[in-house]
Amino acid sequence: MLEVKDLHVSIHGKTILDGLSLAVKPGEVAAIMGPNGSGKSTLSYVIAGKPGYEVTSGEVLLDGENLLDLPADERARKGVFLAFQYPIEIPGVATMTFLKASLNAQRRGRGEADLTTPEFMRRVREASQRLKVDQEMLRRPLNVGFSGGEKKRIEILQMTLLNPRFAVLDETDSGLDIDALRIVSEGVNALRDPTRGFLVITHYQRLLDHIKPDVVHVMAKGRIVASGGPELALELEKNGYRDYAVEAA
Amino acid sequence: MAAPAPSRSTAEATLARQFAALKALAATPGRAAAFARFAASGLPTRRIEAWHYTDLRAAMTDAAPLAPAPDGAAIEAARALLAAHDKIGVARLVTVNGRFAPELGDAPPDGAAVAGREARATEARDAMASLVEAMSPDSLTVEIAAGAEIAGPIEIVHLAVGEGAFSLYSWTEIALGAGARATVVETFLGATPAVQRHAATTVRLARGGWLKHVAAIGDEAELHLESQLIDLEAEAELNAFGFVSGGALNRRQIFARLAGADAKIALGGLALIEGTRRADTTLEVVHVAPRGFSREFYRAIVADEAVGVFQGKIMVAPGAQKTDGAMKSQAVLLSPQAQMNAKPELEIFADDVICGHGATVASIDPEMIFYLQSRGIPKEEAEAMLLDAFGAEAIAKVDDDALAEGLRARLAAWLAGRNLRTEANA
Amino acid sequence: MAAVQETVDRVRAIDVDAYKYGFVSAIESDVAPKGLNEGIVRFISAKKEEPEWLLAWRLDAYRRWLTMEEPKWARVDYPPIDFQDLHYFAAPKNAAGPRSLDDVDPELLRVYEKLGIPLVEQEILAGVEKPRVAVDAVFDSVSVATTFKAELAKAGVIFCSFSEAVHNHPELVKRYLGTVVPSTDNYYATLNSAVFSDGSFVYVPEGVRCPMELSTYFRINEKNTGQFERTLIIAEKGAYVSYLEGCTAPKRDENQLHAAVVELVALDDAEIKYSTVQNWYPGDAEGRGGIYNFVTKRGDCRGARSKISWTQVETGSAITWKYPSCILRGESSRGEFYSIAISNGRQQVDSGTKMIHLGRNTTSRIISKGVSAGRSQNTYRGQVSAHRLATGARNFTNCDSLLIGSECGAHTVPYIEAKNASAVIEHEATTSKVSEEQLFYCQQRGLSAEEATALIVNGFVRDVLQQLPMEFAVEAQKLIAISLEGSVG
Repeated sequence: MLEVKDLHVSIHGKTILDGLSLAVKPGEVAAIMGPNGSGKSTLSYVIAGKPGYEVTSGEVLLDGENLLDLPADERARKGVFLAFQYPIEIPGVATMTFLKASLNAQRRGRGEADLTTPEFMRRVREASQRLKVDQEMLRRPLNVGFSGGEKKRIEILQMTLLNPRFAVLDETDSGLDIDALRIVSEGVNALRDPTRGFLVITHYQRLLDHIKPDVVHVMAKGRIVASGGPELALELEKNGYRDYAVEAA
Repeated sequence: MAAPAPSRSTAEATLARQFAALKALAATPGRAAAFARFAASGLPTRRIEAWHYTDLRAAMTDAAPLAPAPDGAAIEAARALLAAHDKIGVARLVTVNGRFAPELGDAPPDGAAVAGREARATEARDAMASLVEAMSPDSLTVEIAAGAEIAGPIEIVHLAVGEGAFSLYSWTEIALGAGARATVVETFLGATPAVQRHAATTVRLARGGWLKHVAAIGDEAELHLESQLIDLEAEAELNAFGFVSGGALNRRQIFARLAGADAKIALGGLALIEGTRRADTTLEVVHVAPRGFSREFYRAIVADEAVGVFQGKIMVAPGAQKTDGAMKSQAVLLSPQAQMNAKPELEIFADDVICGHGATVASIDPEMIFYLQSRGIPKEEAEAMLLDAFGAEAIAKVDDDALAEGLRARLAAWLAGRNLRTEANA
Repeated sequence: MAAVQETVDRVRAIDVDAYKYGFVSAIESDVAPKGLNEGIVRFISAKKEEPEWLLAWRLDAYRRWLTMEEPKWARVDYPPIDFQDLHYFAAPKNAAGPRSLDDVDPELLRVYEKLGIPLVEQEILAGVEKPRVAVDAVFDSVSVATTFKAELAKAGVIFCSFSEAVHNHPELVKRYLGTVVPSTDNYYATLNSAVFSDGSFVYVPEGVRCPMELSTYFRINEKNTGQFERTLIIAEKGAYVSYLEGCTAPKRDENQLHAAVVELVALDDAEIKYSTVQNWYPGDAEGRGGIYNFVTKRGDCRGARSKISWTQVETGSAITWKYPSCILRGESSRGEFYSIAISNGRQQVDSGTKMIHLGRNTTSRIISKGVSAGRSQNTYRGQVSAHRLATGARNFTNCDSLLIGSECGAHTVPYIEAKNASAVIEHEATTSKVSEEQLFYCQQRGLSAEEATALIVNGFVRDVLQQLPMEFAVEAQKLIAISLEGSVG
């Protein structure tokens, strides 16, 4: 469903992604692991369409359609979701307001009617109970003053409500304690289904104990340098990234 | 709308006569132009926004006679003043009544060149800076060669020496070549309540220049009017601090221009104002180039019937994107008659900026006093302790242990003296 | 929540004509000849059948005005106004005091219907959920209708046009007129004192809590007409009233002058809440046309523990020059100023407040949110002063500016003057832009750049929106979105 073909990306003339290729099939959870600075976050931003990245060549296809010419909001309406490593604070905008605005923007983008308020509330209640998100938190401005764990839970709550075709989780485990990690992972696992694809970006293996990947890719110096099954993650945990960093150089 | 030109005040008429009598200067085109700029606006009134809280035209009833060139007796008096003043830093340079007096100071350190000479013309928009440019007898120029690093502070002591009423004009130029590093302290000494002092200092930092500057005013001039005209090229960095504890009417005005990209400026000050003094700090920091960084931090302690003024303006010109500017002004009022006026302004014409300012005026927190008292500290002592801490936080912005220590000693002396003065009055 | 949705809908619905109130109505009217002289002042006074003392007051103001100069200290720039090229009086024909709504020209009712302002009481009564709002509608210079008068009268509240008040309650008008904004106050207030034609009058007697929101809608329709209305609100001891004004004007290529005066008087323990949604025509993108809005608004907290709260949402006008202020005279009185000023296109806003602390333990709070877009200039100008006797005075000021686009300007000019050591004054201000990170985050969730900007701006101004009565908050939110239309590249 998602295909990244020979992607070259630079920022301010500095090459970050250097011929990266990757494919994720429907129903698949693909993990990307790699050392700091290997370009993992850049890959997630380029898939989601953050301005400021210069794509010098290559393609990113979702169900065969090139995403690269579309602004971020259109990609989102086509079903791309990015769970941010550092979710952004938006002062004054209640989390609930934000959820409804984005959900309805996407629905309209697909030609669907807005949700009625009771229906919207029902969905929010359900999802937030599952993710142990307090209703009180939804009245507070989005991400403002939220703890690291709260922010990540809100990211997964958004993902649950927006029901994306393809989700990228960028270091969703960073800053989480073990309980929060379990809750977040359960939230992700609940969304696994045969039509949806996931790209789980992480530095550590521990997230993959909770979200079992089908495929593990190792990224270094802006490209995929090794691919394998879940055992690859365990191997990395033991030996570190040194071998790959050298190999890619 | 041009305000109806007010008729010339007594002081303005005297100034015009004094300038005309300085025949050599009046014949110099740059000086004549500077005087014309002054004369066009005259002494500033409250109608000039930058002088909103200091009506100089009303305050300056007349211009005192110009100080003559120092004679032998004046030089001896100057030596006596210097002997009583602790030397700061690696070299001391001295001016007497606005004239460079090399015989009273040291040879400049390696990398620095010093001269008394005709100042380079500026186009200062401020009337009082223009007046100094017109009237100052010569200019003390301190130049630091490109790449030179001066090991310790250079102190410039500006002495006012003489009997009775007189006015003096001093013009100082500090210029650092590319990548040069230096510390300069300007100390103003010797003025009695009959002295009108007009001072200006230009600071020019070439690319990557680094200067720390401290000005200290503790003497008793009737008028202390001081302008700093600052120009920073790309990547230059200036830290400038002003310590004010004297002068019946003290006005420091700082015009800083961050002309090159990535320039940094940190301005700070502490004003200790008591009796019936007025102290006015007015500054304008103009960001012209991208990625400028400015911090302004000013504090004032205002006692008795004194009046404090802080006006600060951060201006971000179109194109000065990624400017980061923050200004803070805080004042403590110690008596029911003390006054503080603050006007922190932002004037922003670029969008990608982060700028802010904060201003507070308050008395010493009675809860804090009470807390200290509950620990057995007498009220006056508690007050002094809190004021000392309040002042010390401003002084810390000097970011130089030795210089900060010197200023803290002056703060402590002022606080101790204040307690004595208060007791004497009680 | 719903409001954001509506905002978004509204933005989407905008086509070419962003200013929806820009229609001109074909109403026949009585117009005084152009120009200003004593004769015109007498003409206006005669038209209104005013008592001699009021004419004298006007003439006094007029003579004073002749000696005054236009203020130039604000950061606004406009060609000189030819005061002789304006009509100083325009009244819809047949509007000389309608006895009931049935007497109102049906065309006029349709105008207000178009504006979304209900003037027909039955209609309002039929709407079950809507809170009832009494409306005074001022068309050009004249009040054309005031609703719910009878019901208000039952509570003892007087709510009528200024002209009616002059006739029916002359003692109140005489006692309070010009006591907050003297006829000598400033160039525009003095001009207003000479030529004001109508406005609203509110009197809430001792201990009465006004049973509904009061509201005045101002509409400039005539060409080349200056609008000079005057509002006077008096809250007696322990009274409470919430008042809202709204303003619109047709699109015209020439500039139109609006110089209003509002005076509020709050006696012991009284509270006045005054909200404004100002949406005068702002001119086109090139700066042609639009209202010059030079307004003097001041509240006098005359009584102990009285409170005056100004809330304003300023989205319209080519030039806005207004500083709703509070004189905190009564012990423990309180002043508040909450402001949202949005500027786009070539608009120029110079607005803020003055909090003058005179009495003991007086408190004030200022929250100002400025949003500049396009090529507009947006200035906050404020003064907080604590005088000698204002022991224990407290002020907190927060003024934030948000920039959208690189060709606009945002400026902050606060004057802080403390003459009392026990006063505590705190001021903070920030200027920043809508961050790229926030925009991207919203867009990643499916919002368009424009929707995302509207959402972020609404968040930015939220603290102030919350001060508005619920219904108007929704209206204001829509306006903000409309005002920013086209500002996102």
